[in-house]
Amino acid sequence: MREDVLNLIKNKHITFEQRVLGLAHVAENSIEVLEMTDYVRQYIEEGIICDLFEGNAPYRPRYILPDYNKFIKEGCKFLNITPPTDIWEAINNLLMFYKHVPSITTMPVYLGNIDYLLEEFVNKENEEEAYRAIKIFLKHIDTTITDSFCHANIGPRETLSGMLILKAMRELELPTPNLSLKYSEETTNKLAIESINTALVTAKPSFALDKMYRDDFDGNEYGIVSCYNGLEVGGGAHTLVRVRLGKLAKTSKSKVNFLEEVLPELAKEMLKYIDERIRFLTEESVFFKVNFLVEEEFIKKEKFTGLFGMVGLAECVNHLMELEKIEGRFGESQIANELGMEIVKLLTKIIKNHRCKYFVEDRKHLLHSQVGIDTDEGESPGCRIPIGEEPEIFDHIVQSSPFHKYFASGIGDIYAFDETYKKNPQAILDIIKGSFNMGLRFFSMYGSDCDVVRVTGYLVKKSEMEKLDTGKVVLRDTTNLGKGARDNGRALERKLRK
Amino acid sequence: MKRVKINKIIKFSNVDGPGNRMSIFFQGCNYNCLYCHNPETINICNNCALCVEGCPVGALKLVDSKVLWNEKVCIECDHCIELCDRNSTPKTQDVSIEELVEEIKKVSKFIRGITVSGGEATLYYEFITKLFVEVKKLGLTTFVDTNGGVDLSKERYRKFLEVTDKFMLDVKVWDGNTHKYLVENENKNVIKNLKFLGESGKLYEVRTVIVPKILDNMETVDKVSEIIGDINSKNKVENIMYKIIKYRKIGVRKEILKKELLNIETPTDEDLKEILEVLEKNRVEKFIII
Repeated sequence: MREDVLNLIKNKHITFEQRVLGLAHVAENSIEVLEMTDYVRQYIEEGIICDLFEGNAPYRPRYILPDYNKFIKEGCKFLNITPPTDIWEAINNLLMFYKHVPSITTMPVYLGNIDYLLEEFVNKENEEEAYRAIKIFLKHIDTTITDSFCHANIGPRETLSGMLILKAMRELELPTPNLSLKYSEETTNKLAIESINTALVTAKPSFALDKMYRDDFDGNEYGIVSCYNGLEVGGGAHTLVRVRLGKLAKTSKSKVNFLEEVLPELAKEMLKYIDERIRFLTEESVFFKVNFLVEEEFIKKEKFTGLFGMVGLAECVNHLMELEKIEGRFGESQIANELGMEIVKLLTKIIKNHRCKYFVEDRKHLLHSQVGIDTDEGESPGCRIPIGEEPEIFDHIVQSSPFHKYFASGIGDIYAFDETYKKNPQAILDIIKGSFNMGLRFFSMYGSDCDVVRVTGYLVKKSEMEKLDTGKVVLRDTTNLGKGARDNGRALERKLRK
Repeated sequence: MKRVKINKIIKFSNVDGPGNRMSIFFQGCNYNCLYCHNPETINICNNCALCVEGCPVGALKLVDSKVLWNEKVCIECDHCIELCDRNSTPKTQDVSIEELVEEIKKVSKFIRGITVSGGEATLYYEFITKLFVEVKKLGLTTFVDTNGGVDLSKERYRKFLEVTDKFMLDVKVWDGNTHKYLVENENKNVIKNLKFLGESGKLYEVRTVIVPKILDNMETVDKVSEIIGDINSKNKVENIMYKIIKYRKIGVRKEILKKELLNIETPTDEDLKEILEVLEKNRVEKFIII
């Protein structure tokens, strides 16, 4: 521990903030308070189960989605903030509030439907002033929330504030916040095209099929947070633990052995571990007992869930195919794709049948197609086809869309488009509409000449990674992660759609 | 004509008309443009078999005096196209309307229409007329990309025009003699089609490739944009787009690059400055330079 602390203090490549957070992490990890079976302990050591460095003693939920509508309408007693009366107060109130919304990164992962939150204070008369305010708002977020796992939402309805947000994002080209457009029949062609034009410049927004999320969350308000996780507003996710399926597959003797023994056993153990993290967070830690967000009902414990993450479906399937001596790879062979589907369906069933005793009634954990982390060599994100093996875009969408319905809390592919699409953004909208029609829920894109790019789910500036390459300190910790994913996961070499 | 030869299908194209479209390229052309960037689409294969032995993976076979191409084995190295001495390719498929409709149905939710191109699509106007009748039933739009070499105002094309929503017309050169030199064919019909299609509201886009040094680009753009500007000013519906395409070497025959097009480079933005001025003078507001 002493060495870890000293290393952090002496590290020349991190900011002051990253140093403090690193020290807090070392402190948390100096104690062991979670009950763990030998199975889980061993698999964590081997990197098959991974809690994504959440820490040994959970003291805040991983993802929190405060009810910002309530905050804008009522203000906050604890922070002594009264409801805003104009655009400047509105952005200032939100910026103050954001500083007090923790998450696993300590910084907020969800900023609300920012267009709707601000719309009341924006009109044709003050458009110019509002545009300035929005630019300041976005710049402030990017500079103070120094981690791009921070996500704002807009839509589905077209608003003036929404259009100004997109315009400002095109102008600023900043990685934070990430952005998703909730897309529905209500979304105008103008808003959709403006969004695509923005994504071709600065890799956001992604498109989220509103109806599908609404159905998954029983009509309740939801938000897209962090990389692309769908969660209920006023709630969130306590924890996210993931399995590296590629590595897990290597412990099995055959396909049957994997499906009938290895995977069910893993799921059972991992669910126990997820529950144990939730037990400590909700029963021993005091977050849900004392935090003002809970006390003033910006969030409710009952609306939280746990996330069961999975990564490396492609590598898992490919390994099982090899074991069975069947030719074909995930993404291209129908047999392989069907095997992938069988695995996802099996996990879905196990998770649905699992009852977490810290949840009320029939609340369930959610399956999450995790995008991977920078050190995941040889394991593709979630259910994605490995980079370098991607088929043509139509076949790619046909292959990936059947998986989407199983992942209310996060799945999605990223498509890189060449610059010719800037002249015909309608073509991308046609593709998105077709994809949604096929069952896709989430669609991300960027232009091949963007500086801001989507690495696996989060956004990074290429120019900042280049700075890091030369050994310089950079503001955002996600730039470090992006560099790892670029170097280890070929994350920036995905197929260019011409 | 029950079955025709097509060179390829691009399921998603963003450069062949509005939105996302499926493009079908027919094999065979009535022009032979100096700067053609897909010269292998000009002629129909005559089964001379020159390419067969050159295939590194055995995707080509001579069966009953016919060259057969096995798409599954093919690695798309294009060596066969390099070997071909008559601007053709063994890599075509014979398709029927029913087969094409099946292919279109697969992607119909992703596209807003079909564009036929080539080669020269209008050479197959009877086939395409029947195809477009079926395409329209799927709620998709129908576009034709043409060099304008055939006189589309003739009675025989009436039904073809009825089922085609819009045309995209190449006007390569204004001057008749240069046109003959460039494409081995005259341009009377092209100019006629420009006016005829434009005035009947059937023209979506006109295209001109700018080739420095060897063509009088200014004259062509001036004359064409004058006509477009004139039609647009009277037009109540959608304005015609003028697409100015910079000449690029990609795909151009090597022997031509060494001879007629030797030292001809892609025009720079500076080269196009005067062209932009001409477009403005002739009131063409809708244009793209690529």
